Amino acid sequence: MGYVIETIYFLTAVLFIVGLKRMSHPTTARSGIVWAGYGMVLATVVSFTHPQIQAGPGNYVLMIAAIVIGGAIAWYGAKKVAMTAMPQMIAIYNGMGGGAAAAIAAVELLKNHGDAAPETHVFIMAVAGALIGTVAFSGSVVAFGKLQELKFFKDDAKFRFTGQQKLNATIFGAAVVLGLVIALSHSSSGALISVFFLLALAFGAMMALPIGGADMPVVISLFNAFTGLAVALEGFVLGNSAMIIAGIIVGSSGTLLTLMMAKAMNRSVSNVLFSNWAALASGEAQAVTGSLKPMEPPDAAIQMAYASKVIIVPGYGMAVAQAQHKIWEMCKLLMERDVVVKFAIHPVAGRMPGHMNVLLAEAGVPYDLIFDMDEINEEFSTADVALVIGANDVVNPAARTDKSSPIYGMPILNVDHAKNVQVIKRGKGVGFAGIENALFFADNTRMVYGDAQKVAAGMIQGIKDLG
Amino acid sequence: MEVMKQVVEFFSPIYILMLAGFLGYEIIGKVPVILHTPLMSGTNFVHGIVLVGAMVALGQAVTPLEQAIGFLAVLLGAGNAVGGYFVTERMLEMFKSSKGQEK
Repeated sequence: MGYVIETIYFLTAVLFIVGLKRMSHPTTARSGIVWAGYGMVLATVVSFTHPQIQAGPGNYVLMIAAIVIGGAIAWYGAKKVAMTAMPQMIAIYNGMGGGAAAAIAAVELLKNHGDAAPETHVFIMAVAGALIGTVAFSGSVVAFGKLQELKFFKDDAKFRFTGQQKLNATIFGAAVVLGLVIALSHSSSGALISVFFLLALAFGAMMALPIGGADMPVVISLFNAFTGLAVALEGFVLGNSAMIIAGIIVGSSGTLLTLMMAKAMNRSVSNVLFSNWAALASGEAQAVTGSLKPMEPPDAAIQMAYASKVIIVPGYGMAVAQAQHKIWEMCKLLMERDVVVKFAIHPVAGRMPGHMNVLLAEAGVPYDLIFDMDEINEEFSTADVALVIGANDVVNPAARTDKSSPIYGMPILNVDHAKNVQVIKRGKGVGFAGIENALFFADNTRMVYGDAQKVAAGMIQGIKDLG
Repeated sequence: MEVMKQVVEFFSPIYILMLAGFLGYEIIGKVPVILHTPLMSGTNFVHGIVLVGAMVALGQAVTPLEQAIGFLAVLLGAGNAVGGYFVTERMLEMFKSSKGQEK
């Protein structure tokens, strides 16, 4: 049976790799997840006959019950959740993976090995995987709570206090020391192991709590890489090749993705983790002059209807208002009038890279109308209208000029180069970074206040009234 | 010969580590920004393979405490795998081209 299982695990690894490769191209992406899915089903089914499973039939009942319950809850959640809530769903499923890896480690550590105790390096890997997996678990749960905007997590500031980093470092250090004690002494003491897990849980939560919503994508991606690593480590402990390969691939690709995201925000990963924007903003900010000039949706619509080129810049505001369908409806009307319509996506627009693309795709916007920042930034100067929908920091010109601004140096969309700028915004508040946006006060900018969906409906009516 | 075998056994996990590491790096390296979230979700699904480890861990559990933790492991692992799959699938289902579906 061992050979059959190893062969199937090998096949699973191949299916995962091919699946991920296919997922990295838009036309084959849909089939990629299906390939990977087959791999997962194969590996799961064959694992019921795994030779390491030695206990009685009771455990099989538990196994099937756990798969059915866990699978059903996750299936229901994944099917029901709105597309805007996808980032937090990824966070919570990722946390589950980290928790599972940690729980495997707990079983292995608590086990009374008797004479057949594994070597010390196996203990070290089990402990390391437990630590990383537990941190990914509690951190992801906090990330979920923040993105879901649960009340308890609402105010980032209340989780920031002086000496926080020292406290976090102390907790982490204590967890590492305790982990080493457990690993080196081959201890299976329940008390020691419980305290170790509690420390790891606390560290993961403390690490994620002070981080603001805008930085969450980077953090979720980091925890995703952590879980991959934890899975690989527990794979080494169990001698399970499928877990090792899949875990390492996720660990390395997740790390790269994290670095890419942080780079798009012009921040280092350590900067995201160990500081916050409020503390960064020092020195005198450049004064913003001018006034906010409001505009009604029908007037905005007329301006666009007579333009030859309109570039649309969606942001988190569009996601909150679920406005993507109405916006696309409006765009189709504009395109019927021979207006060139393009979508410009900032790498960190929304709550996650690609978040906007997913929403636009949901509304049926073909992906060849959607452009990355680098592809389209030159084109703003030839656009008659740039329509900003609930985006703020990613179009703030202060990032180019104002050295004291917390977002200084972040690449932005050159919306201010367009002939006219329209900004759909719920109110006069500031963006995630908590700073005023000079763009909104510029002479060629008009503010269209209101919920993005209602504004879009007003614009559609405005275009239709033109006949 | 015996020494050689031990050396190979010692090094093979290190080779796996290195090659799989590069592979993950390569896969992500060339991805357009529009696929970042789906791909992150996809990798999130892939580490759902932790489910098979959880099954083995539960299968070895003897005491009620081990069984309880093992049960939790399988529950969480199944949640990761199933949830990760359907979230990714839902996202990817929406990628269409205006030039029609090309495979």
